Amino acid sequence: MTDDHKPSGTGWPEPDAEPETERLGLEPEPAPEPEHDPEGETRRLSVPRGPEPDPEPEPESPAGDAAAVPDEERAESARPAAAKRRLSSAGVVIVVLLALLGFTLVVQVKSNSADSGLASARQEDLVRILSDLEAREERLRDEIADLEESQRQLTSGAEGRQAALDEATRRADELGVLAGTLAARGPGLTVRFQEGSERLKASAILDAVQELRGAGAEAMQIAGGDGTAVRVVASTWFLDSGGGIQVDGRKLSAPYTISVIGEPRTMETALQIPGGVVESVQNDNGTVIVQEQEVVDVSALRAPTSLQHARPTS
Amino acid sequence: MIAVLALAVGVVLGVLLDPTVPAALQPYLPIAVVAALDAVFGGVRARLDGIFDDKQFVISFISNVLVAALIVYLGDQLGVGGQLSTGVVVVLGVRIFGNVAAIRRRLFKA
Repeated sequence: MTDDHKPSGTGWPEPDAEPETERLGLEPEPAPEPEHDPEGETRRLSVPRGPEPDPEPEPESPAGDAAAVPDEERAESARPAAAKRRLSSAGVVIVVLLALLGFTLVVQVKSNSADSGLASARQEDLVRILSDLEAREERLRDEIADLEESQRQLTSGAEGRQAALDEATRRADELGVLAGTLAARGPGLTVRFQEGSERLKASAILDAVQELRGAGAEAMQIAGGDGTAVRVVASTWFLDSGGGIQVDGRKLSAPYTISVIGEPRTMETALQIPGGVVESVQNDNGTVIVQEQEVVDVSALRAPTSLQHARPTS
Repeated sequence: MIAVLALAVGVVLGVLLDPTVPAALQPYLPIAVVAALDAVFGGVRARLDGIFDDKQFVISFISNVLVAALIVYLGDQLGVGGQLSTGVVVVLGVRIFGNVAAIRRRLFKA
């Protein structure tokens, strides 16, 4: 529009048609497009401005009729308005096109600066970059596989070590219970021996211990009348001595109480078989009280013995 | 004046809306922009020469853009898109330089 404005502005005093005809003679785009020029001329001849100037004089001429004196002033004030009205369709299109140009220019610039230059890189470069990336990916994959493998090994090693440790601990506990170095607790019996008219012999207690062992006793202790308890293990010995018995060198006196952990019913049956422990004690006028207990505590401990000669072969 | 204003409005719109160029238009947009720039410089020169014409400007603008896009499209189809678009940019650049030289001579008489 402004483009339109100025040239016509120079030719304002003259009627609209004249500058246009003058312009017709000139070529719009000089050197580069000479072929277009004839077309441009013909086009300009049929420019929509032809009809447009018509409405312009119309408002002017009635104005001139109504008030003859201020005609020139009015004409001058009307001219800019008329010029504005000369926003031809081509002018509108120009505005739209230029706005579009600015828009696309900015969009293109932004999108160009947005991508990291790969879009404008040459094909060979792209191929090289791609192969580099692929090689790197391959290396990284290998590395991942290696690391996963070593992680797996470490995990399984740790697991194995832990399992071995657990197993060893469990075994040590079992052996500790058997060797009498650890306190034990479980279901079992308490067997109480009370003397009758005759003294209870150590052999009777030993018989009872053997019987209980044969019936699957796992841990045992024997307590005397004064509450002294001795753990009964494989090497425990019994000896008659004075008014009572000696167990592993400690003197115990009647009544004796054997606390034993194992399958209660089996052990009870084993004690009460005909001709067994209970009967033979009763024959000596003693009494044996066998009580089944849900929880028996075998808490007497035996100092661990260190082996002098025997060595494990495995 | 209005043309400059329209350009500024377009720039502002582009900055504000921040659209992404659709992939299909990606190769054509730069060429189209350069072609449009050529048309604009031609228009400025014509205006300075006093021979500006809306209609011709519009026609040359649109045809420039379309022909440039068409050439790039053809080049893409023929497998020489990169070279052809380079050629188009060179030609348009030469024209822009010519127009700018003319504008400069007119404005600064040098």
